[in-house]
Amino acid sequence: MEWVNTFIQGSLLGGIYALFAIGLSLSFGIMRLVNIAHGDLIVLSAYVAMVVGQGTGLDPISCLVIVVPVMFALGYALQRGLLNQTLTGGLLPPLLVTFGISIIIQNGLLEGFGAYTRRLQQGAIETASLQFPGGISIGVYPLLVFGVALLALGSLQLLFYRTGLGRAFRAVSDDADTAELMGVDNRKLYAVALGIAMIFTAIAGVLFAIRTNFDPAAGPIRLILAFEAVIIGGLGSMWGTLIGGMVLGISQAVGAALSPTWQILAGHIAFLIILIVRPSGLFPRTRD
Amino acid sequence: MTLLQTHNLSAFYGDFQALFEINVTVDEGETVAIIGANGAGKTTFLRAVAGALETAPDMVMFEGRSIGHHTAHEIVRLGIAMAPEGRRLFPSLSVEENLLLGGYSKRPGPWNLKRVYDLFPRLRELRHLPATDLSGGQQQMTTVGRALMSNPRLLLCDELSLGLAPVVIRDIYDCLGKITAEGTTVVLVEQDINRALDASVRFYCFQEGRLALTAPTKGFDRAAIGAAYFGI
Repeated sequence: MEWVNTFIQGSLLGGIYALFAIGLSLSFGIMRLVNIAHGDLIVLSAYVAMVVGQGTGLDPISCLVIVVPVMFALGYALQRGLLNQTLTGGLLPPLLVTFGISIIIQNGLLEGFGAYTRRLQQGAIETASLQFPGGISIGVYPLLVFGVALLALGSLQLLFYRTGLGRAFRAVSDDADTAELMGVDNRKLYAVALGIAMIFTAIAGVLFAIRTNFDPAAGPIRLILAFEAVIIGGLGSMWGTLIGGMVLGISQAVGAALSPTWQILAGHIAFLIILIVRPSGLFPRTRD
Repeated sequence: MTLLQTHNLSAFYGDFQALFEINVTVDEGETVAIIGANGAGKTTFLRAVAGALETAPDMVMFEGRSIGHHTAHEIVRLGIAMAPEGRRLFPSLSVEENLLLGGYSKRPGPWNLKRVYDLFPRLRELRHLPATDLSGGQQQMTTVGRALMSNPRLLLCDELSLGLAPVVIRDIYDCLGKITAEGTTVVLVEQDINRALDASVRFYCFQEGRLALTAPTKGFDRAAIGAAYFGI
């Protein structure tokens, strides 16, 4: 039973990794932008929620009502004002600029909030669990987070395949020059795309901050987890990203069950194995 | 009435000058052909008009206004649509989604999905297939339909006949007749000179980025085009 529990916990943990990965996957899929600052934006969302919580007295999840629009606006402005300027010169300029943003966010947070390790407190739900026959125990909060991840992926699927905006996203991803000739304002569309990516980033950042400590330097680890989930799942595949997150989560849970020191390493090893065996991921979609 | 006019239009790819002071005038309702050998600058001319290449504001006039400084997506809203060379359909989108994307600018006018399907009935049957699964002729119809969905006053067609069987080319040019009958002005770029001249009232012949010859098509001795076309 021990192993069944480990497996379930790992799978549920995969939900949050999938949430991390969605934003990264969107910005890469639509504008070929590798956003090195993605992990720091996840952490920034947690700090925004903390400040909003301190100001309003709301619990972290309720704070999302404010954090989500703030992060959407930040994403929109970042793309419109800065990142759009980097997209014509190949892959390197956006890498360097987002690397710079990453450093600015980390040091800005350090300056503003100090190096203290923090956590957001949601209350009793954090420790509640459901008991099933055979000694299987499932945490309510991980289950909730997993449900949010499913909902997020489902709504993205609807956005992409049922709306005019989603159609434009897919067209721009195929061939940005031709989309522009058809009347699509690519630069505005990219800004909306990073805004939407930031919605999921905000949700992921706050939900993760309730279960795991964060500090100003916590971004890069989250970035790596997001990258690994995207690559394992296969670039451009939304549901593959969920599977990628679950593979990471299960590997970590199994590693942790073997020895606590193995938790993080086991996830990276699983990633490396998949990279060697299936370099294009489990469910590759992108053609180029 | 003059719909499109270019004044000494020059265009560059980096340091390379592809067009040299081209003056072209297209009147409302006309079909005008642009012919020329490979590398003559025909496609560059269309791309410059459509805003895909940078030009000075006054180099391109549309409906009496300078539009040379506008970006491609703004120019679609002004009423110029392009059926690009090589079709350039979106492979992730179905036929119908490709057409709908053509209507992204939401410009009002006579064309909509139903009218496009009436014009190309085969596309209605194939509308849920990925656009790139279609035959070359059907893809070309989708390309023209996609351009029409923005309800253009001026339609730019780049090499409609490229890579297609003669019978298919004839079908597409028949449909072009129905489009111009709606009052849409058309600029055709073609390597197939006879096809282009049959469909147009006037033609411009480009040669190495310069205008070599222009004349009404009617009664023009086609043998005389050779010199302007090849520069011999």
